[in-house]
Amino acid sequence: MTPSPTTTPSSPDATAPHVGGAHGGSTHRRGDSVRETSLIRSGKALSLGTLARQLVATFPEAVRKLDPRHVWHSPVVFVVWIGSLLTTVDAVVDPSWFAWSITVWLWATVLFANMAEAVAEGRGKAQAATLRATRTTTTAQRRRADGSVEAVAASDLTIGDVVVVRPGEVIPGDGDVVEGMATVDESAITGESAPVIRESGGDRCAVTGGTTVLSDGITVSITTRPGETFIDRMIALVEGAARQKTPNEIALTILLTTLTIIFVLAVMAIQPLAIYSGQEQSVVVLVALLVCLIPTTIGALLSAIGIAGMDRLVQHNVLAMSGRAVEAAGDVSTLLLDKTGTITFGNRRASELLAAPGLPGVEVTEAAYLASLADETPEGRSIVELAGRGLADETRARLDGVRREGAVLVEFTAHTRMSGIDLQDGTAVRKGASDAVCRWASDHGGGVPSGVLTEVAGIASSGGTPLVVASMQPGEPARVLGVIHLKDVVKPGMKERFAQLRAMGIRTVMITGDNPLTAQSIAAEAGVDDFLAEATPEDKMALIKKEQAGGRLVAMTGDGTNDAPALAQSDVGVAMNTGTSAAKEAANMVDLDSDPTKLIDIVSIGKQLLITRGALTTFSIANDIAKYFAIIPAMFVVLFPGLDALNIMGLSTPKSAMLSAVIFNALIIVALIPLSLRGVRYRPSGSTALLRRNILVYGLGGVIAPFIGIKLIDLVVSHLPL
Amino acid sequence: MSDTVSGLLTIAVLVAALAAAHVPLGSWMARVFTDARHWRVERLVYRLCRVDPSSEQRWSTYAVAVLGFSVVGVVLLFTLIALQGVLPFARGATMNLDTALNTAVSFVTNTNWQSYAGESGTSPLVQTLGLTVQNFVSPAVGLAVAVALVRGLARSSGAEIGNFWVDLVRGTVRVLLPLAVVGAVVLLLGGVIQNLASPTEVTTLSGGSQVIQGGLVASQEAVKELGTNGGGYFNANSAHPFENPTAFTNLVEIFLLLVIPFSLPRTYGILVGDRRQGWTVLGFMATLWGLMVAAVTWAEVSAASGPLGGLEGKEVRFGVWPSALFAASTTGTSTGAVNSMHESYSALGGGGALFSILLGEVSPGGVGSGLYGALLLAVLTVFIAGLMVGRTPELLGKQVGRREITLVALALLVMPSLVLVFTGIGMVAPLVSSQMLASGPHGLTEVMYAYASAANNNGSAFAGFSADTPYTNLTLALCMFLGRFVPIVLVLALAGSLVAQRRRPVNAGTLPTHTPTFAGLFVGVAIIVAGLTFFPALALGPLAEALS
Repeated sequence: MTPSPTTTPSSPDATAPHVGGAHGGSTHRRGDSVRETSLIRSGKALSLGTLARQLVATFPEAVRKLDPRHVWHSPVVFVVWIGSLLTTVDAVVDPSWFAWSITVWLWATVLFANMAEAVAEGRGKAQAATLRATRTTTTAQRRRADGSVEAVAASDLTIGDVVVVRPGEVIPGDGDVVEGMATVDESAITGESAPVIRESGGDRCAVTGGTTVLSDGITVSITTRPGETFIDRMIALVEGAARQKTPNEIALTILLTTLTIIFVLAVMAIQPLAIYSGQEQSVVVLVALLVCLIPTTIGALLSAIGIAGMDRLVQHNVLAMSGRAVEAAGDVSTLLLDKTGTITFGNRRASELLAAPGLPGVEVTEAAYLASLADETPEGRSIVELAGRGLADETRARLDGVRREGAVLVEFTAHTRMSGIDLQDGTAVRKGASDAVCRWASDHGGGVPSGVLTEVAGIASSGGTPLVVASMQPGEPARVLGVIHLKDVVKPGMKERFAQLRAMGIRTVMITGDNPLTAQSIAAEAGVDDFLAEATPEDKMALIKKEQAGGRLVAMTGDGTNDAPALAQSDVGVAMNTGTSAAKEAANMVDLDSDPTKLIDIVSIGKQLLITRGALTTFSIANDIAKYFAIIPAMFVVLFPGLDALNIMGLSTPKSAMLSAVIFNALIIVALIPLSLRGVRYRPSGSTALLRRNILVYGLGGVIAPFIGIKLIDLVVSHLPL
Repeated sequence: MSDTVSGLLTIAVLVAALAAAHVPLGSWMARVFTDARHWRVERLVYRLCRVDPSSEQRWSTYAVAVLGFSVVGVVLLFTLIALQGVLPFARGATMNLDTALNTAVSFVTNTNWQSYAGESGTSPLVQTLGLTVQNFVSPAVGLAVAVALVRGLARSSGAEIGNFWVDLVRGTVRVLLPLAVVGAVVLLLGGVIQNLASPTEVTTLSGGSQVIQGGLVASQEAVKELGTNGGGYFNANSAHPFENPTAFTNLVEIFLLLVIPFSLPRTYGILVGDRRQGWTVLGFMATLWGLMVAAVTWAEVSAASGPLGGLEGKEVRFGVWPSALFAASTTGTSTGAVNSMHESYSALGGGGALFSILLGEVSPGGVGSGLYGALLLAVLTVFIAGLMVGRTPELLGKQVGRREITLVALALLVMPSLVLVFTGIGMVAPLVSSQMLASGPHGLTEVMYAYASAANNNGSAFAGFSADTPYTNLTLALCMFLGRFVPIVLVLALAGSLVAQRRRPVNAGTLPTHTPTFAGLFVGVAIIVAGLTFFPALALGPLAEALS
């Protein structure tokens, strides 16, 4: 990457504009690009029918997960598991329909918990299978030191090996292109069918094992060991094999475990109290009470929520190398965004043609058109487009014809900083950087009208780029004809997104290689909070460290090798898939779409993950109130008839009350699986509004819902002929 | 004036007095614990004890100092009580060794559970050199721990959380002693006795004879309330006319036991540099206290209008309202002084007093312990609420991660474990159940109240239950010791973990901990945590009794 990020060449697959109002995890849907082979396919819609089928399909897996060594990982579910075992023994020793009903529903509770996890994992497995299919055993053409080539199995390649890949062949491993240039089909990983260009040197040198070379040939230096390639890591990630509990998940598990211990004590203390009071309780009843009280809902869904969170990222075509990074995304308070390609379209466009004072407008238009005919850069094309609109059809046809008549194109070079055309009649037309063209004009005997210089200064101070157009007829002095105003166009909708981020408490900083004046103008137009102009990689690093020293978490995107240190330093570093392998190695996430705007979605997904956990924890605990009112009077109403006053739901009999509570407790897990897979709705807003809403929905809702649910189940249970 | 009007007026005067007093007192305490200079008398103490007041301690050193000081306190007090018979001024006071240990632990842990009768169990020497000393230093220990935790939140680097010896000395010399002197003078003016006279033998109206003890009552009374101690000079505690003769002294005593706990939130707000945080904690404490006062008063007033009347166990010179106000305040502050017998309250009134203890002594809690107890619950609330706004939870910019939530969870686990386990054992162990006065649900409440009172360092007794047996003395002592010091060590560890964290800046995504929404959730968490933990037991005790 050149020191100025604004000049990052936009590779064909990085320019897909990804903007618009659709924002926020669950509502996010990509636009029109149909991705048949894409990873997102498997998780696109979650209709109830699909979910029901998925649940049924996971039943065998859920039964397998009854293994105590597995259940142990969730302390809450483990307690249910032990309780189920106890009631089973009790039901065998002292059979009754009540004991067996409770036992069956307790085992169902454990199974439902396992199913939730299995469904979440299953979706990842489907994605992994797609990936695995691409990882066929390939043969690599390894180049020996003497230059000859030998065929070896891809699995035998080691770091530093150099392989030759010809058209139609699969690249045998991750590496960097050291020679040549090729179009590569990366649809296996990205789902994007349009091929991308990979070439040696620069920022487009990284290739991924498992992708296919379509045309030309490249020589690749292998950078990863077999089994540790990008695809291998992707498979491990989406399958959940590499899943480790994230810091917040661990902390929540500790809290849930503590609550469980408190309830175990509370229930164990009941028995002596009950004996004293004169009504010993059966094991079945005590276990039923315990299972209803411990936070089974969140305990059962916790790992599903975590897996689904990673999965949601994959649906957005983002690979997180650790769950920790996903959580950190929710905590981000500073977002560093490259201007080019993220905030603006990345290429400046001609917005205006200004004729030099006293000259007719058509002259500068024609000259600009001519000078840009050969310019295939987006800027050049935009000039042709703008100027073409201002010309009559026949004029345009005449000008288009000059190439056939033997005109010579003058390419842009970094040295001359201008381009143009030399017509056969000797006329030279030039456009380019103002000082370069002005010098060219004065070198050829022409003067520069002061009006032009004023225009140039005006455009520059407004943040635009002025290009000066000049021409020279044979035998005459050169003449400066006018100025082209090139503007960096801010993508539509960015201002709104930054406003949303501000509401979420996230500060956006625009990083640009532009001069401060230009940067300020674009920053104001896009509505970012701050900007870093004329940014070097060192500046970027310093900014990140400064933000972190203030206790802020920083997220950024990058694709170049010189972004790698900053990517590694930032808390959430997202590398573009088109970027170098150094960048991908340093980052903790890779965006397969190479869409820098994705960072905003990633933050939302991170927040949604935490909110889902918090909301279901609150819901789970709030549920206990109703369960107490169902079970406690049922347990002791014979002893203390007055306790029937606590039976505010009016449940029919003590046994149906207890059974209904247990059934509700089991079914609520199934009912909440879709929510835990999808994540709770998250709209970017201030934290107090968010808290109030979630307390209302999941706290108050969690208090009320079981009163209704248990009552309804009781109505059914009490009408069963038992 | 009807009881209702006078009752409401009493509460209004109390609230107004607290509102007026908490501002200067809260600010003064903030200055006390940040002052760079030492008073001359303090420097003398440091020199005598060979303490370097300018050095600060890490949390572990701080904790060792707290534990060391307290264990030595227990040993000294136990020895003093055990040897009181052979020491001067014995006056025939004796105590069993298990009772002596219970008493020693009780006063060092700021519980002041009294298995003995105040006037006959201890000699004036023990009262003065032992109990009174602990009445000052045990609340000062609580104050020190609370301040250390606040430092953990307020500072944003380093590992030190203050110097325990400095905090202890300053809390005693600059806060408790001056206030106790003022309180004692006011109580003296209100008619509380203060003498060194020998016991007086009088002939009663019915012709019998009675020995009436005198003593240095007013001075002990002031610090008994002020330090949320609760150990009375007389067995009848604040129901005794020498300790609490009039409605005025009753109001003064309630004021004294509430004033420091209700002022500490302001100290907290000042020390963390955000007064609004203090307001939230104050609002939390005041709401819970208000709810409990309302509940107990409602229950007692309802019972008083019933066929049995509501004055059983209450002093007629106070009446129902001031008795209920005292009961809710003493159980909410871990004081444990009583001006009426909670055993005789209606089922719901006594249950209310019990629930007030089971909230974990945060309404407003004991001196220091109320604030750190409330802050533990605040961290828990922040954890749940923080997740719900999509951020790693943080309190005042300090993240609540794995270590922090573990410490908070363990600290909050201690008290319920002790209460539930020992109540459970007590209900089926004959050597406990034989000591109950009542049978049925009321007997259950007696035992549960005793262990709740001990584990929460409250010290009030439901009466009825005769706790002076070796088993109950030792188990209650264990509850008092673990209920006090396990949370203290965990709180200090939390302070150590927080102090090392850099404070994160506040932005729109941060969960504000000073809004009414947060405060509401804060109160809700406290009630739900206690409610869910103890509902089954309460259902078999007070609820079953009330609904039968």
